[in-house]
Amino acid sequence: MFYREAGEFKTSYQADQATFPIAFDRWGYCAVVAVAFLVVPFLINPYWEQAIFLPFLVFAMAALGLNILTGYCGQVSLGTGGFMAVGAYACYKLMTAFVWMPMPLVVILAGLCAAAVGIVFGLPSLRIKGFYLAVATLAAQFFLIWLFNKVGWFYNYSATGQINAPERDFLGILVTGPNTRPWATYLFCLSFVFVFAWVARNLTRGRIGRSWMAIRDMDIAAEIIGVNPLMAKLSAFAVSSFYIGMAGAMYFAIWKGAAEGTEAFSIEISFVVLFMVILGGLGSIFGSLVGAAFLTLLPVLFKNVLAVQLGWPTDIAAHLEVILIGALIIFFLIKEPHGIAALWRIIKEKLRLWPFPH
Amino acid sequence: MSLPPTAEAAADDQTYAVVEEEHGLSPRRVGPVVMDIRNITLRFGGVVAIKDISFDIREGEIRAIIGPNGAGKSSMLNVINGFYHPQEGEIWFRGEKRGSMKPHEIAKQGIARTFQNIALFKGMTTLDNIMTGRLTKMRRNMFWQAVWSGPAEAEEIEHREKVEKIIDFLEIQHIRKTPVGRLPYGLQKRVELGRALAAEPQLLLLDEPMAGMNVEEKEDMSRFILDVNEEFGTTIALIEHDMGVVMDISDRVVVLDYGRKIGDGTPDEVRTNQDVIDAYLGVAHD
Ligand SMILES: Nc1ncnc2c1ncn2[C@@H]1O[C@H](COP(=O)(O)OP(=O)(O)OP(=O)(O)O)[C@@H](O)[C@H]1O
Ligand SMILES: [Mg+2]
Repeated sequence: MFYREAGEFKTSYQADQATFPIAFDRWGYCAVVAVAFLVVPFLINPYWEQAIFLPFLVFAMAALGLNILTGYCGQVSLGTGGFMAVGAYACYKLMTAFVWMPMPLVVILAGLCAAAVGIVFGLPSLRIKGFYLAVATLAAQFFLIWLFNKVGWFYNYSATGQINAPERDFLGILVTGPNTRPWATYLFCLSFVFVFAWVARNLTRGRIGRSWMAIRDMDIAAEIIGVNPLMAKLSAFAVSSFYIGMAGAMYFAIWKGAAEGTEAFSIEISFVVLFMVILGGLGSIFGSLVGAAFLTLLPVLFKNVLAVQLGWPTDIAAHLEVILIGALIIFFLIKEPHGIAALWRIIKEKLRLWPFPH
Repeated sequence: MSLPPTAEAAADDQTYAVVEEEHGLSPRRVGPVVMDIRNITLRFGGVVAIKDISFDIREGEIRAIIGPNGAGKSSMLNVINGFYHPQEGEIWFRGEKRGSMKPHEIAKQGIARTFQNIALFKGMTTLDNIMTGRLTKMRRNMFWQAVWSGPAEAEEIEHREKVEKIIDFLEIQHIRKTPVGRLPYGLQKRVELGRALAAEPQLLLLDEPMAGMNVEEKEDMSRFILDVNEEFGTTIALIEHDMGVVMDISDRVVVLDYGRKIGDGTPDEVRTNQDVIDAYLGVAHD
């Protein structure tokens, strides 16, 4: 009854193309943001930080990036882990080489490094599509990890081959290293996701976003109405890798504090992020966030309910989780390729008509 | 906009001939040659799709391309917008010989088209499809796009206003926010025309804009084509199988058969051309 556009007349094109045209959504969004920034920091503890909030924020950033490439521009990629590794190692090199550099700048520059690498590995997309492109990005994944393990310069020739984030503060508050406070790391990552989710929304609603979607939906027609496929595809690879690189930097420096290429950024991560995008919704910013939330919460839920509460063996709980995720992915791929975001939209459309369905 | 006549066209007495329309519309000015197609030959391996074809398109006219199935009509449009590269021949556009160009560069020169099999962006709404048609006119770089508020939003609104005019013109206000995949065939064709018009083309290529439509839809589409031609002065080249429509709306007709040109002239000239009659009646080739 409350959820409708009635009484809300759009008097300008500006209002018509607003992100949340319905007042109810606008308030909901403001409430979520207010709670995230003003309430959660006071309640957060180290367990919630490490098990839920930081993983969610890091993967949300990665999912936003992959969704730009796969969901908006239609280029399948299995190189997410590799590009996250680029972000992580770039972050490490920047932190150790330029001790004075403020952390936000480090993360952004690490993202830009990943963007440059993304452009290079995006070049095959000009010639090959779909499954073949996925295989080419797989090559990027394995090559990059191999490179970071092989060349000592990347890990400053440390004996273990690991990279460890040195302690850094931002505005006098520690954000990396072993002595950080949960609210500080949380707010740092949250600010990044908040700002860049908004940037992603802006990029996808205008000229550049339409050129990506045009390439995704019908590349020949896109080219004939004036989209330069080279620019569209490479810009999608660049922006996508920029996000994924920042996610890798936050993963390494803020969340884990240390990383080892082969383990941290394996092909498994590439698949997890791809599943987040598929489950959340291809071609949806909201879907990227929902997908990341869903797949970070699910394991925690399974572990706590099945293993801790009900006393099931942990391996059975873990296997059940994998089975459930697999089933959900099959379901969504067949039934609703636009994921949870689309289900949500359908519910809202029904709500808008309720209680008079006609 | 007026273009300087090409050298050959200026020498031609008939430049700026006033064409009297049969269908009672006001007389229009048909200008100099904008597109000159010279001795084009296009082969796919052993198949010769187009064989040594020449014809021209004048500013402001409606030029029909007709011919039996497989005659090479769509291939001709694909050559014009740079999707196929002919092995031989030259294309002159606005008095300049075209070098090697990519389709998206040709689009920026002011050539737009629709497709025989609808090629809309299925995942996008009507509005977004038509807005995409204006991509070549939008300038804001990635930084401003990311910030959105300010220059990028102002640009978006400016183009939205233009697109709304096209939406009004094509009478598709009610499907503005509908994903195009859900629209019936006839409306999809109309949206595709809208997307092409959004580029404000100087030359509009239409590949069977009325195929698969009922009589009423065909009448609507004919009216839109004539209105576009008249109100915006857009030069139009169209492929169409419905002879009634072709004879009604076109100024000149070029007839292809088996990749060759077998007729070229006004609808009346073409109608009485013996080769054309034979081709359509299926007389054996010797
Ligand atoms: N990409 C291609 N590769 C190989 N052969 C092609 C290609 N495109 C067109 N042809 C061939 O060129 C010839 C002309 O095809 P075209 O599509 O231009 O015909 P058309 O006049 O548009 O016919 P229709 O009325 O059926 O649309 C046909 O023999 C076709 O098989
Ligand atoms: Mg054809």
